[in-house]
Amino acid sequence: MVNLDLNFQTTKNPNIPDLYPGDAVSVHVRIKEGDRERIQEFKGTVIRMRKGGNNASFTVRRTASNGIGVERTFLIHSPRIDKVVIERHTHVRRAQLYFLRQRTGKKANLKQRFD
Amino acid sequence: MLKGLIGKKIGMTQIFDEAGVAYPVTIIEAGPCYVTQVRLPEKEGYAAVQLGFNEANPKRLTGGQLGHLKKNELPPLRYLREFQIKSSDIKVGDKFLVDIFGLGERVDVVGTSKGKGFAGAVKRYHFKGGPKTHGQSDRHRAPGSSGAGTTPGRVYKGSRGPGHMGSERVTSQGLKIVLVDAERNLLGVSGAVPGPRGGLVLIKDARKQ
Repeated sequence: MVNLDLNFQTTKNPNIPDLYPGDAVSVHVRIKEGDRERIQEFKGTVIRMRKGGNNASFTVRRTASNGIGVERTFLIHSPRIDKVVIERHTHVRRAQLYFLRQRTGKKANLKQRFD
Repeated sequence: MLKGLIGKKIGMTQIFDEAGVAYPVTIIEAGPCYVTQVRLPEKEGYAAVQLGFNEANPKRLTGGQLGHLKKNELPPLRYLREFQIKSSDIKVGDKFLVDIFGLGERVDVVGTSKGKGFAGAVKRYHFKGGPKTHGQSDRHRAPGSSGAGTTPGRVYKGSRGPGHMGSERVTSQGLKIVLVDAERNLLGVSGAVPGPRGGLVLIKDARKQ
């Protein structure tokens, strides 16, 4: 039988590098307002990567004003993502960084990884 | 002109359009299908073509099946299904590929639904079940009363109740074709299609356009 995952990967967006949990990223999303298009930036930490062929996604968490956490999930193969810029890699020991939801302020910072 | 194919359900995924909207898509490996027999109104009383699909090891077919195909020098085909047609110039031995369908066309897809075994009335007919609280015991998923009282004194035939669910022929109507890959014999239709992955499906022109 034809393998679904191997055969139906929509081509990967070359402007999305390999991401890892803990990466500080800036996601540039195309947003349509009426008939004009602009690019919105979403800056935060990658807290999880989900596999699944065309359905693969990643979630970025950022702390908005007043310490309110905002999480946004992006589909990796979506043509609406213009590009993703990795600002830094960090040292993390797990694949899903849900513990960040319980942390605020300085405790929510992750240690930068230099390699 | 025939608008019908036999295929195998591969599975579901999602694809994006240019605007970035994701659509759920079922991928079907369809064809190549060969015309194995033509039924004529003069002879059989109706017009139809018998299509064959899935070239198999000849050992997998019975002698009768092989003879039926060999008569017209066709390869050993595991599945034979009939499609009704109005009139045609289709001959035995004609080959049909996915390219008979175009992007954006509507089709009906017939499959055998997944078997659920002996299912209760809640799962099978969406009965509400009994109350969850107020001293109820063993009544949570019960069907309740199935009929009236002394008159008629019996339950009418055809009343809904527990029983075997699934494993039946189901048609999904009006699915849009969103992907045609002639190289790999693949079709993508919007939405879900009955049956498990690997199940046999029939793809026909939509009845309701």
